[in-house]
Amino acid sequence: MACETWSEKLDTYLDGELPESEEKVAREHLHTCPSCAADALDRMQMKRSIQAAGERFRPDPAFRARIQQAASAPKRVSRGWRWPRVFALSAAAIVLIAALSTSYLQKRDREGRLISELVDLHVATLASSNPVDVISSDRHTVKPWFEGRLPFTFDLPDLQGSPFTLVGGRTAYLNQSAGAELILRIRQHNLSLFIFQERAIGSGCGGASASELNFHLRGWSRNGLCYFVVGDVNQDDLDKLAALMKS
Amino acid sequence: MAVSEQRVAQSFEDLAMPLFDRLYNFAHWLTQNREEAEDLVQETYAKALKGFSSFQPGTNFRAWMYRILRNTFLTSRTGLKTQQQFGSEEKAANETTLPPDPHTPESILLEKLDQQLVRKALDELPIVYRETLLLCDFEEMSYQEISATLGVPIGTVMSRLSRARRALRESLREPQKGVR
Repeated sequence: MACETWSEKLDTYLDGELPESEEKVAREHLHTCPSCAADALDRMQMKRSIQAAGERFRPDPAFRARIQQAASAPKRVSRGWRWPRVFALSAAAIVLIAALSTSYLQKRDREGRLISELVDLHVATLASSNPVDVISSDRHTVKPWFEGRLPFTFDLPDLQGSPFTLVGGRTAYLNQSAGAELILRIRQHNLSLFIFQERAIGSGCGGASASELNFHLRGWSRNGLCYFVVGDVNQDDLDKLAALMKS
Repeated sequence: MAVSEQRVAQSFEDLAMPLFDRLYNFAHWLTQNREEAEDLVQETYAKALKGFSSFQPGTNFRAWMYRILRNTFLTSRTGLKTQQQFGSEEKAANETTLPPDPHTPESILLEKLDQQLVRKALDELPIVYRETLLLCDFEEMSYQEISATLGVPIGTVMSRLSRARRALRESLREPQKGVR
């Protein structure tokens, strides 16, 4: 696909709305064209900025309470005099459900943002002309490089005999906290393995599994650290790497 | 009150109240005014509760609520004014082909993606572009959902998104002109 054609479809691709056949072609083009990859990153940042800027106006709590009352008012009139206790319990349950739903949606929103942030970091690394700060396939070179750069240390298993190769590492930042980003390769695909302190993540990371823009993600926690692996490989490969890191 | 009516009220509350904060946020983006946003949300909930028995379970409740809110907005004084202004502008815009988007190094653009600047740039977009962009990027609706919410074909959703993003990018590139 020529860059001009691709550029026209980039937003549709990032919105996840391209037909499957075109999406595959677009993805392949993105991997081989630094100019379009940079353009994609630019547009993705714009989407993220709109997402952050969109949350702007909060309703007055008194107004919310008024609407909530109106939305549930018919129930109170009908049942209140017959089973006051049952009504009180069900009204409390409804308020609780509404509160829990809001809390659940907020949590899901936070997790969605975390996933988007990690995918952005991964794409930014792929688009960078200097994707790693320490280039080595030797774990005894890469791991010591992080000493003094991070407020924690982590285990890096021997990858020999596995389909994964260590390419190098760099420091990454999430929620103003420093973490490690290790770049690994399987076949011709690059993966980012992020390691952050749990307290930097805030919303928990154990068992995270998600897909965004055809990138897949696995997350787990161990010894106070959150691990996330992001890449465009199939999900079995991510599971293999996760198992290797946990071994 | 019959038991079935009670069930209607309970289901409505369970479905509608979790959307409340985001509907209010969207209403305020449309009206640009707290009082009008509150009136709009209140009317939306009243209409939705009244019409809830006609809502088909299994269909998209969120798109249904947003559609009611938007239709209510369009019949308000501010909404009618907006429609009159935008109708001819969009017709003219659709008749002209967009020139190629000039490439801008992302470093220049990214520096400007300060939240306040993005909000100001969004404020300055024509309302039809603003709402489409927010439904897509903030509410994360699919094109199909946006099409159902706005009552326009998917092709129109795509062209509005394209024009909205282009206008926003241009506004952020030119702070002296676009973002005041």
